[in-house]
This record gives sequence, structure tokens and C-alpha cells, in this order.
Amino acid sequence: MPKKEIEIRIRNLNIYSINKKQKYSHILKDVSLDIPKNRLTSIIGPSGCGKTTLLKSINRLHDIQENIRVEGQIFIGDEDIYNTRRQVNELRRKVGLIAQRPYPLPANIYDNVAFGPRLHGKRKKSELDDIVESCLKRTYLWEEIKDRLKEPAVALSIGQQQRLCIARALAVEPEVILCDEITSALDPISSEKIESLLLALRQDYTIVMVSHVLRQARRLSDYVVFLYFGEVVEAGSAKEFFEFPRDQRTKNYISGIMPGL
Amino acid sequence: MKQQKARSNLDKTIKYIMVIIILAVFIFFAALFIMLLQRSQLILSRYPVWELLFSSEWDPNKGLYGFLPAVTGTFFVTVFSLMIAVPISILSAVYISEYMPSAVKSYFQAFIDVLAGVPSVVFGLCALLVLVPFTRDVMGPLFGVNTTGMCVFTAALVLAAMVFPVIISLTVESLSILPIGLREQFLSLGATKWQLIETVLFRAAGPGIISGIILGFGRAFGETMAVVMVIGNKNILIPSVFSPGQTLPGLIVGSFSEMMSVPEHQSALIFVSLILFIIVLFFNILANIIKNKLKSRWRYE
Repeated sequence: MPKKEIEIRIRNLNIYSINKKQKYSHILKDVSLDIPKNRLTSIIGPSGCGKTTLLKSINRLHDIQENIRVEGQIFIGDEDIYNTRRQVNELRRKVGLIAQRPYPLPANIYDNVAFGPRLHGKRKKSELDDIVESCLKRTYLWEEIKDRLKEPAVALSIGQQQRLCIARALAVEPEVILCDEITSALDPISSEKIESLLLALRQDYTIVMVSHVLRQARRLSDYVVFLYFGEVVEAGSAKEFFEFPRDQRTKNYISGIMPGL
Repeated sequence: MKQQKARSNLDKTIKYIMVIIILAVFIFFAALFIMLLQRSQLILSRYPVWELLFSSEWDPNKGLYGFLPAVTGTFFVTVFSLMIAVPISILSAVYISEYMPSAVKSYFQAFIDVLAGVPSVVFGLCALLVLVPFTRDVMGPLFGVNTTGMCVFTAALVLAAMVFPVIISLTVESLSILPIGLREQFLSLGATKWQLIETVLFRAAGPGIISGIILGFGRAFGETMAVVMVIGNKNILIPSVFSPGQTLPGLIVGSFSEMMSVPEHQSALIFVSLILFIIVLFFNILANIIKNKLKSRWRYE
């Protein structure tokens, strides 16, 4: 991959979790990866192999848990996010996270989308109105809820809530969007909407997605990373990955015969 | 088949036992209320309620039963102690739950729970030895008043100290049960730690924090011993917080031994109990309404 097409470079990333007896377990083992800019990259692998851990490390979310230790480097653009003078909240602003289940702010729909911009000091009503409208339009919610902006966000269906969370993340103008199994709690129709939304968003954002569903990864991804027990087994363009897997473990996983699972 | 029948019989029996227990609790509650109501009849038949509540003369020997000093005393002591306790407890709870390293945290929480269980007479004794001189020698001169230290201010301080552990413990609890996913999503929007706490966690944990404050209120309002020991027990309308005062529970304890002899006096004190009972009941109902309102308004899932 030419360097200018790379958005995130992960170098020798090791993550350990420390239990109460001070025992270390190695969750991610020497992971090095390049994640391309404005593409959708999927991280796949069996449960418990460290997919979510890898995803959260891109947003320094392990900082809030004392029992996780992170070693190595992650560059977003040219900045090593684990070794920078900038404040961690400034770093996180550039990297949005959409989780498995949506957590709307206990407030109305409008305030949910305006929440991020307000955090960063935007107060002007007209400016906020524009942001809310454009973000809701980008997530195909505007037509559905434009008359209900003052209703509580929890009143929306869970699929709509998930899209609201995406709109909320877009409102702070991130460069990277992390998606952690974002369709796993949704019904098929809501999932489909989210999938088409992701396909539209990858033009402008670098999306890193964790998925349990192989077919979904195949449908959506430009690049695929296969993690197995904390190691990167194989990473490459989706087409090559699914059609000509090189490693035996990859072959087994995508054909559904994974010993020991 | 036979075994199945025995099992469902046991099921029913246990259910009925529980129903009986619940009924007994309710009957006890009702009986208490009726008893208090009945026994205050005597004083209520001789004096109108408003006169009792809003007259400030208290001299049972002359047949003067004005509760206003004790009512206002209770009100001031309770409100004042909560004004001190609520902000301090909530900030401490936030520190314990969000900032303190987990190794220290569990010890600290245990320590606070112990504090919540210390008998109130111990608090009273410590206040007598420490807070009374503190008020007399430091706070009094600071505000330019002459005080013995046995006053409403000191009582409020003791109560605040007794209310801390209740509010802290419930606030820590309700902050700690918030899912990590909630924090992660809002941190990812670029929120700082304090922004997260202020805008998201306080709301999501709001109903629990309110419960803590209500429980604290109950404790401060009904606390008898520790207050009696430091408030000076003078049945007057307090001119300032540095003057001695009286509270409703204190009134009962103060004339506890004499009350049996004079029926009217006894009835007056039972009426005080009735007031306490009704106020606590009223506040609990109100608190529940507020809590449920907040719960549906500040739902995060």
C-alpha cells in the first residue's frame, strides 16, 4: 500500500490484561497493521480473539480501565496517539465509536446530535441546527424523524437509535469511525439500512469494523484483517482474502471448519 | 406425578406465607398510624391544630403547647445539614467512583459503610468533644457572635457528618453500575472526564443519587440522640444558627420521663410523633414520584 493511502499504522501493538492476582494475559500479540484511508476495513475472527480490544486501542479507550496495559505504537496520520502532547479527548474526537448497542443520551433527539458540537464549544443555534439536519440526513433519519426532534431519543426504535448514534458521531467531524458489531442487536431490515449507510460513509471516512458475520464482512469490506488468538493471521484486500486465502487457518475459518471452536 | 404435586403445593404454600408477611407489615404500619392518631385526639380536642403548630409558647405546666420552635428548629437543622452534606458527598462519591484507583477504592467503600453503621450516640459524643468547642472558639468569633457552641449550627454539622456515608454510598453505587459502553460512547465524542460526568453520568445515575439524598434526609430529619446532645435543647424560636434550639424528636426525648404523668402532655408528645410520621411518609412518597419521573426522563437505554 502506498504510504499516502494509509490512515492508521499499528506497530508492534501488545495488549495485556492484568487480573486481580497481578497475572498478565496477553490479549494482542505484536500486532502490526496498515489501515487504508477512506476505506472500510473489517476485523474478523472467532470470539475472544481480541477484535474489540484492537478496535478500542485505536481510540485509547483502554485508558479508562486500569487492568489493561497497552504497549506499542498507533499512528493516525503522522501522530503516534500513545505518545503525543495532545489531550486524549482531542484525539478521541477524531475517532468515533459506534458500539454494539446504542446508548442515546438521556435527552431528546436534537440534543443527542448537538451534544458533541456543544462539548466543543459550538453554541450558535443556527449552526447547531445545520449540523443536526445534515447529520440526520447523512444517516437517512431526517425524513423519518424531522418532526419529532424534541422527543426523547429512547422513544426511537433500536435501529433508529443506532443510526442516531452514528449521526451523533458524525457531528463532531471525525476522520475515523470504529464500529463494534454494530448490527448484532438489530433486526435484518435495520441491519440492511446500517450496512448501506456504511457503504455510503466509507467514501469520506476511514471505517474500521468488527464483525462476527462473515457474509457481512464480505459484502462491505475493502480490506480484511483476520485475528486469531491475538495474532494477525492474514490481512489484505477483501477480494484476495476471501477468494485466495493464503494461510490454512484463514481457509478453515472462512469455510467454517475451525478446530477447537 | 406425585412429586409434581408436592412441588406445586410447596410453591403455593411459600407464596401464601409471603403474602401473610407482607400483609402483617402493612397492618403494622396502619396500626401505628391509627394508634398515633387516636392518642393525639386529646390534645387536638382541646387546642386547634394551627394553634399547636404556629404558637411559639411551650410550657406544659401552664398548658401551653406551641410546637413552632421545634418545627422550625427541625427544619433548619435538617436543611442546613443537607446543604452541607449534599454537595460534599456527591463530589466525594464522584472521586471514589471515577478517579480513585480500584486497589484503594474497595477499602474506602468498606470504610464508608462502617461509618454509616456507627451508632449516633458515638457521633454525638465526638461532636460534644470536638465540634462544640470548635463552634464556640472558632466559628463564633469568626462570625462575631457569642455562642456556647451548643447550637443549631453544631447540630447541623453533626448531622451532615452522619448523612455523608449514606449519600456517598448510594451515589457511588449508582455511578458504578453504569455500563462501560455508555462512558466509551461519550468519551469517543471527545468529552473530557468531567464533561462526561457532568453531562452524562449525573443524569444516568440521577435517580440513584436522588434516592441517596432522600435517605440522607430521612436520617437527618429523624435523628434524635446526636442532635439532643449538642443542640442545647432550648425551646425558643432561634434568632440565629448559633443559638441553642430544639427539634421535634428532641422534644419527645426531653420530656420523655415526665410525659407519662400528665395525659395532656403525653398526648401532645404523641402528636409530635404523628407529625414526624406524616412528614416522613409525605417525603418518601414525593421522593418516589420524583425518582420515577427522572427515571423515565433520564433513561439511557
